Amino acid sequence: MEIIYVYTRKRSEFGRPCSFSDRPAKVSVDIPPDPGMASGFVLRNPVDSSVQHTSDMSEHEVNTERVEVESRGVNHVEGGWPKDINPQEVEQTIRFRKKVEKDENYINTIAHLGALMEHCVKQNNAINVYEEYFGEEEVAEVEDEPPSAKTINVISKLTSFFDVLLPKRDPNVTKRTATHLSWHPNTCKKLAVAYSSLEFQQNMKEMSFDSYIWDLENPNKPELVLKPSSPLVSLEYNPKDSHVLVGGCYNGQMAPFPSQAYWDTRKGGLPVEMSTVEFSHRDPVYGAIWLQSKTGTECFSASTDGQVLWWDIRKLSEPTDTLVLDITRKGLLENALGAVTLEFEPTMPTKFMVGTEQGIVIACNRKAKTPSEKITSTYSGHHGPVCALARNPFYPKIFLTVGDWTARIWSEETKESSIMWTKYHLSYLTDGCWSTVRPAVFFTTRSDGTLDVWDFLFKQNDPSLSLKVCDEPLSSLRLQDNGCVVGCGSKLGTVTLLEISSGFCTLQRNEKNLVNAMFERETKREKILEARHREMRLKERARSEGQEMEVEEMPVESPHDVLERTRREFFEVIEAELQRRARAETQPLHGKLKDHAGEEAAAQGEETQLPKDREEEEEEKDAA
Amino acid sequence: GIPIRTNLDNSTTVQYAGLLHQLTMKARSTVRDIDPQNDLTFLRIRSKKHEIMVAPDKEYLLIVIQNPCE
Repeated sequence: MEIIYVYTRKRSEFGRPCSFSDRPAKVSVDIPPDPGMASGFVLRNPVDSSVQHTSDMSEHEVNTERVEVESRGVNHVEGGWPKDINPQEVEQTIRFRKKVEKDENYINTIAHLGALMEHCVKQNNAINVYEEYFGEEEVAEVEDEPPSAKTINVISKLTSFFDVLLPKRDPNVTKRTATHLSWHPNTCKKLAVAYSSLEFQQNMKEMSFDSYIWDLENPNKPELVLKPSSPLVSLEYNPKDSHVLVGGCYNGQMAPFPSQAYWDTRKGGLPVEMSTVEFSHRDPVYGAIWLQSKTGTECFSASTDGQVLWWDIRKLSEPTDTLVLDITRKGLLENALGAVTLEFEPTMPTKFMVGTEQGIVIACNRKAKTPSEKITSTYSGHHGPVCALARNPFYPKIFLTVGDWTARIWSEETKESSIMWTKYHLSYLTDGCWSTVRPAVFFTTRSDGTLDVWDFLFKQNDPSLSLKVCDEPLSSLRLQDNGCVVGCGSKLGTVTLLEISSGFCTLQRNEKNLVNAMFERETKREKILEARHREMRLKERARSEGQEMEVEEMPVESPHDVLERTRREFFEVIEAELQRRARAETQPLHGKLKDHAGEEAAAQGEETQLPKDREEEEEEKDAA
Repeated sequence: GIPIRTNLDNSTTVQYAGLLHQLTMKARSTVRDIDPQNDLTFLRIRSKKHEIMVAPDKEYLLIVIQNPCE
């Protein structure tokens, strides 16, 4: 809209001076707001407007000069002497020293410093400021963290590995059980796993026979592939020569392997030699262990055909020694029990133990003169095959057996039954081993895929830690020598490595003493029970033999007197028992167990008297 | 620095004197850097085998090596 103001003037009046005058303001145009136009616009709410209020910063780079450090030796030569004095000349130095000593300043200074020094020296003499004040307290730090374990590595056979190398193989490679694990003796970074299928008469056409050595840093590809002629059931590193392994095969042969080939894997993959079929086992070799010998080449093996064979790996054409596991000590192969596990403790080189399929553990002595004496003792207690057998590394007389649904701890001295055992689980226990650092800790694996860690100083009824490792059954277990890492192999061939919490790997205070005390207590209890059983048996025998004699001996005492006597004794015993029980309840827990063992024996001793008394009473009643 | 009086053998004395003189200078300068009004009065170095005590002064230095009683 234009605002026009027309201003007219005559031509003749052009150029005349203008005279301006004030005039009040006059509204020229008034444009009211037109709401009708508002529809052409949209109200904007909220309105984004940015405001910034920060301090102004400037960027500045600083780079310190690199300090160059150099190691240099300093040769101390007498320096600092004033120029006129030659330090080598003794006279001059002596003269200088004497001069200084006469200086007043020197004397004052020395007096002052001396006093100061004396004070500190006396302080030192009085107390030892820097002694360890809280030395004992450091040790008393209790591990508060709950026991735990974490998986650090899972090694599973990669099927694609086979596809790449051997394309003609069936892509669905049959999964095989990891039957045995062995850690490299020194470095503990390598793990040798034996894979085989333990199902009877399984179709073995597509199954490969290989076993692998894995390096923990590379869980995808095995470091070395071992190719025996038959799948390996057990595999062990030679503790002396860490490049050699011995494997026991499914068909009963033994095969040592060198694994020295970091650069040529094919050379190391084949066995050096295989034992001859005629002299080997007839069944899979379930246990193979190296022996402690000067040459470091001896090993022995056990299998379910009932034989234990000793070999020298330099000459595998025939075994150096054999032993038939016949507990009737006749050496007959028909009576022999099949061996499932083998145990050998290097500190006791002549003794070893074998766990059998029938649930019996046989302890043998290698250096016995006759074959019948080689078997020293048997321990029976399991209902099924003894899957694992291990001696406690701290207390070699105590050993652990794992079989059927329980794990049992035995002492070599008590042959009748185990000294401690776990409750019956819901699934089979497949393998077990002691911890190498703590004498009270052991591990077991179950066929539902759970790994149990037992600490019987902490809890005796349940495992301290129960971990579900995988869904398939776990078949083998092995603890690394440092005690912190445990490897378990499963039925489908997966090997899982777990790191257990430090509470299980560090020796607790007093642990050895407590464990020792516990073992001794349990052994004592078993011995007392054994003794009582023996007594009872003897008495049974004596009674059954002497039953004809008793009829004549009866009329010595009048029946009434005997009745009185027995009744009196009975009541005395009851009272004594009640008193003892009351006393025992007030004593602390440790004492209670010991007392209980003694108590039980005493009480049971008396209880056996009671039925006998009653029997005598009855017999007298019959006679009378 | 020059050892004036000592009851150890010469070479050890020279070694101690030289090393501890430098250390004392460094310690004194550290103390004064942190607080210019401050000054080093005494320096004690305790090691596994014995304790070395140094009392510095403007011109002289008194060094004592003691076996602590433990």
